Amino acid sequence: MPDAPGLELIRQQIDEASPGAILDTSFDRRQAALICDPERVLDVLRWLHDTPGQEYRFLSSVHCADYLPAEPRFGVHYELLNMPRIERIRVKAMLSDPAASNGGAAASADPAAPGREAEEAAGMGALPEIDSCVELFPGAEFHEREVYDFFGIVFRGHPDLRRILLPEDYTGWPLRRDFPIGGEPVLFTHNEPSSPGWFE
Amino acid sequence: MSTVEREVSRRPEPDALEPETELLTVNMGPHHPATHGVLRLVVQLEGEVVREVKPVVGYVHTGIEKSCEDKSYWKVIPFVERMDYLAYYFNMEAFCGAVEQLLELEIPPRAKYLRTIHLELNRIHSHLVWLGTSALDIGAISMFWYCFRERDRVLDLFEMSSGQRMHTRYFQVGGVIEDIPTGFAARLRAFCEEMPRRVDQYEALLDHNEIFLRRTRNVGIVPRQRLLELGVSGPLLRAAGEPWDLRKAMPTLAYADLDFKIPVGTVGDGYDRYRVRLAEVRESVRIIGQALEGLPEGPHIADQRKVVLPPRSELSTSMEALIHHFKLVTEGYRVPAGEAYYAIEGPRGELGCFVLSDGSSKPARVHVRDPSFANLQALHDMCLDGYVADLIQNLAMLDPILGGIDR
Repeated sequence: MPDAPGLELIRQQIDEASPGAILDTSFDRRQAALICDPERVLDVLRWLHDTPGQEYRFLSSVHCADYLPAEPRFGVHYELLNMPRIERIRVKAMLSDPAASNGGAAASADPAAPGREAEEAAGMGALPEIDSCVELFPGAEFHEREVYDFFGIVFRGHPDLRRILLPEDYTGWPLRRDFPIGGEPVLFTHNEPSSPGWFE
Repeated sequence: MSTVEREVSRRPEPDALEPETELLTVNMGPHHPATHGVLRLVVQLEGEVVREVKPVVGYVHTGIEKSCEDKSYWKVIPFVERMDYLAYYFNMEAFCGAVEQLLELEIPPRAKYLRTIHLELNRIHSHLVWLGTSALDIGAISMFWYCFRERDRVLDLFEMSSGQRMHTRYFQVGGVIEDIPTGFAARLRAFCEEMPRRVDQYEALLDHNEIFLRRTRNVGIVPRQRLLELGVSGPLLRAAGEPWDLRKAMPTLAYADLDFKIPVGTVGDGYDRYRVRLAEVRESVRIIGQALEGLPEGPHIADQRKVVLPPRSELSTSMEALIHHFKLVTEGYRVPAGEAYYAIEGPRGELGCFVLSDGSSKPARVHVRDPSFANLQALHDMCLDGYVADLIQNLAMLDPILGGIDR
């Protein structure tokens, strides 16, 4: 990890290259993180990837965390690794939920509520969006699909954005904090008749 | 066996193709023994040549990450163990390490050494299962029995130290649950003595096996740069010549004190992947031997009563201990708010665990960066424009564990 002054140096240099892209930095428990503007996350990643002497070329992981009830609520994390210098840095882009602003019903906790269908029907418009970094890091493809699958975050420019772990016809974004645990009925022979239409 | 032979390309000649150019889509899996789990591959074939591979995963997705959010920290450990079911000690270590980082808890030296010993035993166990099943795919059935014989000896050791053969829950936040029992060291030493001889036998069986050599050499080569772009780590990357190992690069536990080497390959084909893994088994045996000789005295778990269960013997005499025990078992401990990403070198590559804490006794998010998940993306590059029989070999040498991919 870069130490705290090293992190500030990186921030300063990115500020010079693309002013306003970095909103904040955090250095917590020996881990460095850059909190960046979600619209300009590609600028930051490209700078870290291409600048001579930086070379954060290995993307370990892309994952998302739901910070509900904080606003903006979703944090997309990019864990970058600099192999020559043996340093890790985390780039964090905070996204707010567009469904929360146009009526609270869409973010309803109940998966069976009509609000969820409305959210699905509204299509991509109701989902938070961020630029895909697949061109920069081809290995991000599966990771971004996983984030989309679990959190419903749309990666603009991703070559093949489909669900990856859940079934294709699944509705809802299960790793969001307002998605309840234990909502899926398990089918056995004894309750097959009571769940009509499950096979459709 | 000559070096000249290795330079012969295994890519099919253009005029060796079938006359028709129509693409045939074949669905391999999800239930096929050669897919090492429940993996489905949608393959487009032109004659016998693979033109497109699309892995379809998710058949054993069980929502472990979501379940973890509903469990207190100490109850998450058995959940994460069941992700990559051949590397359960590594999953535990990744999670416990992340939580220890959040708690800023230093574990005692003896616990570090005990963890190192068990991690390396687990690496041997994982590589043995890989070798047995992969050799089986390529047609060497007897390897399977020999590897599983040695694997059982590792499981016997796990049973001795923790009471369980698989999914042992041996690592705790703060150390390990129990010290090793009497007699464990002697049996471990006997195992370390025997294992290199067994590896010699495996090599004797496979290195002079014409079929094995022909099927693995010069097959599935992906350039090192491309592997790095794809986020591939572990033996696959090292076989391509990149000496990257987190045990050396960012040493945790006792790795900084121990002397071991990082085996690397030169060509990056299936044969190099096999050689690198076998050499890793030898290095793991060396690590275990050194860690056992240098095992420090002292407590096996941190003396931090807010996090670690008090010793059983104190419960009947100490009111304090009883209160701590009750609090830890009912509510669990609280972890200060923050987030941590802790990565270790698993048998398949970088195994990282991200834990987000909101200050309560349950994690707000647990994410495991499983190496198999990232490595599987390289399958397309390995198989493209090769024969369909080589696809099986590539998949075997990739060593994906679907429990880890699907989580």
